Amino acid sequence: MKILRAAIPMLLAAATFTSCGSATEKTVSTDGSTSMEKVIGYLSEAYMADNSDVKVTYNPTGSGSGIQAVQEGRCDIGLSSRSLKDEEKADLNETVVAIDGIAVIVNPANSVTDVTLDEIAQIYKGEITNWNELGGSDAPIVCIGREAASGTRDGFESVTGTEDSCKYAQELTSTGDVVQTVSSNPNAIGYASLASVSDSVTAVSVEGVAPTNDTILNGNYKVQRNFVLVTPKNKELSDEAQKFYDFCMSGSADEYIIKAGAVPVEK
Amino acid sequence: MSMTFTVCGFIAVGFVLLITIFLVVSGTPAIAEIGFIDFIFGTKWASTAKEASYGILPFIMSSIYGTLGAIVIGVPLGILCAVFLAKVAGKKSSSLVSNAVNLMSGIPSVVYGLVGMIVIVPTVREVFDLPDGANLFSAMIVLAIMILPSVISVSETAIRAVPREYEEASLALGATKTETIFKVILPAAKSGILASVVLGIGRAIGEAMAVMMVSGNVANMPKLFGSVRFLTTAVASEMSYSSGLQRQALFSVALVLFVFILAINLVLNLVIKREKK
Repeated sequence: MKILRAAIPMLLAAATFTSCGSATEKTVSTDGSTSMEKVIGYLSEAYMADNSDVKVTYNPTGSGSGIQAVQEGRCDIGLSSRSLKDEEKADLNETVVAIDGIAVIVNPANSVTDVTLDEIAQIYKGEITNWNELGGSDAPIVCIGREAASGTRDGFESVTGTEDSCKYAQELTSTGDVVQTVSSNPNAIGYASLASVSDSVTAVSVEGVAPTNDTILNGNYKVQRNFVLVTPKNKELSDEAQKFYDFCMSGSADEYIIKAGAVPVEK
Repeated sequence: MSMTFTVCGFIAVGFVLLITIFLVVSGTPAIAEIGFIDFIFGTKWASTAKEASYGILPFIMSSIYGTLGAIVIGVPLGILCAVFLAKVAGKKSSSLVSNAVNLMSGIPSVVYGLVGMIVIVPTVREVFDLPDGANLFSAMIVLAIMILPSVISVSETAIRAVPREYEEASLALGATKTETIFKVILPAAKSGILASVVLGIGRAIGEAMAVMMVSGNVANMPKLFGSVRFLTTAVASEMSYSSGLQRQALFSVALVLFVFILAINLVLNLVIKREKK
């Protein structure tokens, strides 16, 4: 699948290349986080609409591979849904392009509306198993999560420190499924990107802070992670890549970032 | 022209061969790396954990239990419905029911899953007073409904094929209609009904989408009211973002599933052959 997804833009690029017969087709290649697929998709589409001679490609390989690809010069801009490690910062720059807020959601019938990060971790590790331990009704807690490869799950588990130790009742394959399941089960708790949370579920506040664009932006809401553009330190971006990078960082990119369900950072 | 027919015929064989070779080639390396015993009989699946573990016994057992459950619920229902269609119903009600059954076999599995998710899962949760309704039992119910069309239509054909003389002789000897159905017609149609059961097993074990939506998808050893993951859903839910050994292991899971389907088809062929004798 991955190979296929990578191959299609390449083939398309090749096809346009030959059909136009022009050698001036310019490409900007991005590589990395699968969670950023929507954000980068909206941004590159918008950019290509205004700059029809430029092709922005995206290779969904995962944050680690994307960072490596920049280091090895195999792509122009790397995409990472985690901050760079110190040793990576030695030869790479990171710029936060958007923030992804992960809402912790419960059924509207649930009386629990505030939890701490620690309580979330205990719930998902199976140490807290009844809502009455959190001041709710006497009912077992049903933990809903995402499948192992999900970027949201990765983000949620790394923020709450529950990597590989979650005891899920259900592992669903889409955000919509999670919202639907939580809305139909009064005992359920789940997590989903803030943008996909609808009225049918309640997003609880974490450590007393409700998830909104503002609290995500100022960092008060804890269950969040950065979407980062990774660029090399020792080498200048190509003109086209620099232009695309500038576009992503400009105020006009905000509406597309919001459309993609993430929160734009202050520019 | 006959050449064209021959070529088309062999294209089908070609596809089967291609799929078989592909599965064997891509499925065996992971089994070799993980170890056959660890892979098939390992009870822990944690493909993305730091210390990854690739045991697929939970998937195998869930698939087997789920299929058995679907058979236990669906087959009696299907056979009795077939009896109704072949022996009891008048022309009008028979055509109504058989149209409904035909329609059922055409409903896409994602629709069964959706209805299961919205209706069956919450109902199971409330009726059995469980914390969560997405479990093996819900999957069994959905699968039982899904196998009905194949069970009904094959059984009906088998029942209709029983010579009328058997029935008349039984009735003439003073047996009631019910006695005739259960003691004469059904035993005479035995091997056809058996074939319908095997067909149902094949359908149930190969179903992915509907099961994924109602079974919870956690790689636990199967419990009736616990969240489970089937062989099919294991492949479907992880394949899109998998890499390395995890990806290869998913191919191996598909290979195991393929072996199951192959075995079921062999049994089906045996059953049909015996019937012809």
